[in-house]
Amino acid sequence: MTYRQRTKAINDAAREYRGPYRHYDIVKEATIAIGVVALLAVVLSILFSSPDEKPATVQSWSRAMPASFVATAVSELDGSSGTAGYGPPYNNASTGQHIAFIHLQQWFGVAHPINTSQDYVIAPLRALNTDTTLQHALNTYTSASAKQQMAWDNAYATAVGKAPHYADQAESREEQKSNTAAVLRISGANMGPLPVMMGRLLAFAQAGGLDGVLLANKQYYATDYTKTLMFLADGDYLPDLAQNDHLLGTQWGMMNETGSFPGQGWLWLYTFWYQIKPFSTSANADVLVMAVMGLLSVLFVAVPFLPGVRDLPRKIPIYRLIWREHYAQLQS
Amino acid sequence: MSTTIDDGAVPQAHAGSTDTGNGSWTVALRRRWVNTLPPEKLLPDGQPAYVASWIYVFGVLTLSSLAMLIASGTILALKGPGWWHDSSLGHFFNSIHLWSVEMFFFFMVIHLWGKYWMSAWRGGRARVWTTGAVTFLIAIPCALTGYISQQNFDAQWISTQAKDAMNSVGIGSFFNLLNFGQIYGYHVFLLPLAVVLLVVVHVLLVRRHGVVPPLPNDLQQMLEDSRKGGAVATGSPAQAEQVVSR
Repeated sequence: MTYRQRTKAINDAAREYRGPYRHYDIVKEATIAIGVVALLAVVLSILFSSPDEKPATVQSWSRAMPASFVATAVSELDGSSGTAGYGPPYNNASTGQHIAFIHLQQWFGVAHPINTSQDYVIAPLRALNTDTTLQHALNTYTSASAKQQMAWDNAYATAVGKAPHYADQAESREEQKSNTAAVLRISGANMGPLPVMMGRLLAFAQAGGLDGVLLANKQYYATDYTKTLMFLADGDYLPDLAQNDHLLGTQWGMMNETGSFPGQGWLWLYTFWYQIKPFSTSANADVLVMAVMGLLSVLFVAVPFLPGVRDLPRKIPIYRLIWREHYAQLQS
Repeated sequence: MSTTIDDGAVPQAHAGSTDTGNGSWTVALRRRWVNTLPPEKLLPDGQPAYVASWIYVFGVLTLSSLAMLIASGTILALKGPGWWHDSSLGHFFNSIHLWSVEMFFFFMVIHLWGKYWMSAWRGGRARVWTTGAVTFLIAIPCALTGYISQQNFDAQWISTQAKDAMNSVGIGSFFNLLNFGQIYGYHVFLLPLAVVLLVVVHVLLVRRHGVVPPLPNDLQQMLEDSRKGGAVATGSPAQAEQVVSR
């Protein structure tokens, strides 16, 4: 008997059942099941509730880590931030990830354009048009050559990198004030207008104004958080908070939940690939993981048609445990 | 004019029925529906005797969790996405929603594994498996968009992390995890609709084909019988039509 004939015979044998039936009330079963699940959900909710950690804002970031905030703002200005160099769908700074000759990220193009220097620094500062000192500094910066701008950016970024408590979150108001003052003291002729620009941007962010400007779109109602979230993601603040909640990629990332709550356990296989080579060290990790998961998903759906995979349940007779009463009855 | 439908599936035409059935799309659809899934299959009062294991419970528990998800999600949607952050009642319904999704996936995974070890695709039931598997796959972005719609730190972190995978394959250009308005729409309508439709098809297919019978007790013997051309059925013919009280 060939494999094909054997498979067909096994398949045909399951088409029709001629054995005994037992009484069954499908409506009663469904009602009881809904009752049990509802009770479980209520009990679990009363006992454990659910997490709700306040969102990070540009304001909270700039207050907690002022040096880190202005360093990120400078990286947006000089084009060295993660967003500035991301590529599609935000800009054309790179081609993005790919597998061999397949450049899906590039092919789908720039759908959510972000000009980091304009959107995160220049335009928000331009909005403060009553501040003549700032506007003069902005004019100086924007009319300078790219080489000069880069020299100012580098000089300022180097100084900010040496600011006290650069990577630490301030734990009190006094610390916030002291760390902010340290950033505002940064100055030097080689930094051009940067100290004025960054000082004003920091003050604007700490007052909450930058959150509103970044969320503003062409229309009055705003629901698109792309710009503000990309800015937050470029800084150290968001990962710092995530690390405390064991949410980093190296900590099995987003399948976890804040606090001790169960997260998206069903994402374990997606997250798993990021933990091992070659994915963990590849610049194309995301597209590789998506390709692997796409392939596995297709195979998962196609299990009934996959020789070997569909035969395994017959070789490992767990089915005998499931239908033990049936087989016992046949034996007797 | 009252008529009798000739296929026997619907013994009597309903009062008010005027169509002879010739050329009527409605009657053709009704006949096909009733032939494919007669009421006694759709709402059965009997079950094959082999359906006697705890593993069978997980299908209906998955459905019940889905019902709880829809109920709690509807309440959260009625009050708007910001409600649960400020209201203890809202927070309670959010907790119900969270624990329902945890149960939904927990029960569904056990259900899927159970069906795998039963080779539940046998006997023309491949579509039952594939609809179930696709439901599982669609439920994942459905849950992901829910986590992103929370409007809290968790949502911020998950969306900024998950966007890279979406962007890497181009999906991010039209499915922007950082756009709350878009993702909320996906979460409260589009993806749940897909899940519910798939579940309906899945359940109807189960009712149509019945629960898969056990693998033959003596596989070799069955294959031998099959090779000789004999009819093969899982249950013993002597037990046919016998009703077992449990």
